[in-house]
Formats: sequence, C-alpha cells, structure tokens
Amino acid sequence: MNGVRAVVIGASAGGVAALFEVLGALPPAFSLPVLCVLHLPDDRHSQLAEVLQRRLHRPVREACDKERISAGQVYVAGPSYHLSVEHDLTLSLSQEAPVHFSRPAIDFLFISAADAYGDGLLGVLLTGANEDGAKGLAYIKNNGGRTIVQDPRDAQVALMPEAALALHQPDHILTLSGIGQLLATLETRAC
Amino acid sequence: MTSERNTDIEIRLLIEAIYLKYSYDFRNYSGASIKRRILHALRQFDCLTVSALQERVLHDPGMFMQLLQFLTIPVSEMFRDPSHFLALRNEVVPLLRTWPSIKIWVAGCSTGEEVYSMAILLREEGLLERTILYATDINPHSLDKAKQGIYSMQSMREYEENYRLAGGRRDFAEYYTAAYGNAIMDSSLRDNVTFADHSLATDSVFSETQLVSCRNVLIYFNKELQDRALGLFHESLCHRGFLVLGSKESVDFSAYSERFEPLVKPERIYRKS
Repeated sequence: MNGVRAVVIGASAGGVAALFEVLGALPPAFSLPVLCVLHLPDDRHSQLAEVLQRRLHRPVREACDKERISAGQVYVAGPSYHLSVEHDLTLSLSQEAPVHFSRPAIDFLFISAADAYGDGLLGVLLTGANEDGAKGLAYIKNNGGRTIVQDPRDAQVALMPEAALALHQPDHILTLSGIGQLLATLETRAC
Repeated sequence: MTSERNTDIEIRLLIEAIYLKYSYDFRNYSGASIKRRILHALRQFDCLTVSALQERVLHDPGMFMQLLQFLTIPVSEMFRDPSHFLALRNEVVPLLRTWPSIKIWVAGCSTGEEVYSMAILLREEGLLERTILYATDINPHSLDKAKQGIYSMQSMREYEENYRLAGGRRDFAEYYTAAYGNAIMDSSLRDNVTFADHSLATDSVFSETQLVSCRNVLIYFNKELQDRALGLFHESLCHRGFLVLGSKESVDFSAYSERFEPLVKPERIYRKS
C-alpha cells in the first residue's frame, strides 16, 4: 500500500472496542493522520477523544472546525456535527440533516476525504448495525483509494461490514488484529 | 474520477453564475458541505448534471429561489445548547444591563429560533423593552418564517426542556399559543425586532451593537469568509461589546483571535478586547 497519506475509519455498534484494538496496534511513530467517525449518542459532551488518548498514549482529539490536519494525529468527530475534509486539507463541521439517523455520518467523512486525498486515502469500515459508510467506502475505491472492511464474522455487529461488501469489493477483508497489523506496516512501506 | 473532476468544475461554475446573476456569494463557503447540498438539489430537481441545473437556475429566478432553500441550512432550535443561554443570563446580562439602551444583532437568524430565545431571555431579565434586535439572514423564506414565528408543537416540546435547562423562569407555554399542532409565538416578543436581508459575504455593517450572536453560521464559511464576518462583527460592536458563537465555533483559528477575548470560553462567549 504505497502512497497512503491519510486513514479514515468508520464504526458504529461495537465500535469503541474495535477502535481501541485497531489504533492500539499503531506504532508510536505512526505519522499518518487518522480520522474517525464513530456513531455516538447525541450528547454534546463526548469523552471519546479523552478516553482514547488516555488508553492509547497517542495524540487524539475531537476535530475542530477549520483545523489543519496534522501528521500523526488521531481525530474523532464530536457528536451532533458532520465532519468533512476540505480540499486544502483542513477539517470542517456542519449540521446538515442526519444520514442513516447519524450525525456525524461516516459517508460524509469518507466522501469528502476521498475528494481531498484521492488515491492517497485508505478507508476502513468496522463493526456496526447501520448501513452508513458503505456508500462512502465504495466512493473511496472509485476515486483510486484503498479500502478495508472488517470481516463480518469477526465483527461484533456484522450489518455495517456486510452492507459495504454488498456495494463493492474492497482491497482487504480482515479481522481487527489483521487491520491493526496492516496499518502498522503502512509507513515503513510508504517511506 | 474524470466525472468527479467534472462535477467539481461544474460546481465552481454554478456558484460563479449564481454570484454574477443574483449577487448571492457562495464562493467562500466550505466546499465539502456546499457540494453535498448541490448534489442533493440535483436529485430533487431531476437534473443529470450540475451544468443542467445551472442552465435552469440562470434562466429562471424562481428556480434560483428553490435552489437557495437547499444551499442554506435551516437547522435551528430554541435555546440550543442550554448551557450557552445560562451563561448569557448569568455572565453577560449583568454587564449588558449597564448600557441605557441595547442593540443586538442576530446574524444568520434562519427561521428565527435564536431570535425568540434571545427575546425571551431579555424579557425575563427586564431588558427587552430597551433593546433593539436586528435579525438578519440571506434567505427571504427563512426570514418570512422567522417573522411569522410559527413552529410545530412537537419541536416546542423539545425546546421546553432546553428552556428549563437554560435557566428559564416561567412556564414556557406562556410564550406561545397552541393551535392545530402548531405554536404561534407571542407577537410582543418581536415588537423590537427588525428582520432584514443581509449577507455576511457581501454586505457591510449597518449599526453599532452591544452584542452580536452568530451561531452555527461560521462553520459553513471558509477561513477567508469567516474572517470577513468576524471583521463585520468587530466593526459593529461597541467598545467591550459581546460576541457569541456556536458550540463548535471559535475565533481561535481566525485573523481576529487577538481582538476578541474569551469571557466564557466553553460557551463561546467573547468580548471585544
């Protein structure tokens, strides 16, 4: 997987544990930006970024509007706002209607990131009881990016990975530990 | 990939055409969101390409008005982020009180929920009588709705909880009359409100104010347009005037970060320094 410049990850039901496992496998010096949308209850004060940062010992923060994407940083979308990537590689938030009952929507992050990064994007879709993300992942692939779907048999809830597989053939179908291992090798190959 | 590139080119051309023909300037809106909204409109209008939509919009002003409803985002609530309004009440009102007469600008007021929330708060604090509120937006349909002040009872029930958490002192139902599943806002709340068409992208400052409220508007602008809007607010505000923004907005990444100081930072309440 040469030339990956950014990673986007989407997950819903069962997603917190899945994110811990995938992000926990990254080496300390992992320098690609990682942008995550995890469906959350519509609560303004989410602790997800703090919890991830404490457990993972790597920089994690809630994405801010107009923030420039920096290397090695993990961003998570906060509740009640969609998260997008702009062409100039800054982040933007918006409050358009929910997609598949979800705001933030995985599709919005994936599609906008594919527009911004093109073939430099790697999309990862994990466990979930929702079809959000399937369209976005196919869009990443159509724009030259790479895609990974969690093996539905490995997922706590299989619906989200299955919806993705129904729409397109990803580059990899892997377990959580397989996804972690693959991400961990990204940089050494990119250099 | 070629078709995606075509779409991006077409969107730029459409936005330019709208500016040249109708003087509505979306050129510095955040790209990802405006693209989604245009593609959404495309499906609603049964256009195969953005160019086809552009042709219709250019030759039919009525069509443009319809498209405008997609380009603006009328997502609003009364007392949205109750803790914000609680902080306004506790931290800003005591200072606002020291001015003999008060002018407040609600910029990007959409369908009016923010305006009525502000008017209710001011009435309960005994300030509404000596306040003039300017409520502005670029979308005439939204402004009409704001002037009418009619909201569904279903949403009012949600706002009631917000109102309570925001430190509301009365029964929320005192501020409206319920009829046929709708709530009609007490018209005296808008006695001192002037609704006006105003664009943060193309228009200038029209009055000196003590407080500007612009919530969940700046997120749709790119950095350049955010700076323009903040510049207007800075110019409009009197010495030590207040600026209040949406819960995910800040002056931090802007050219004005040094010219506003946070008063209640988590609630996005700033003061002109």
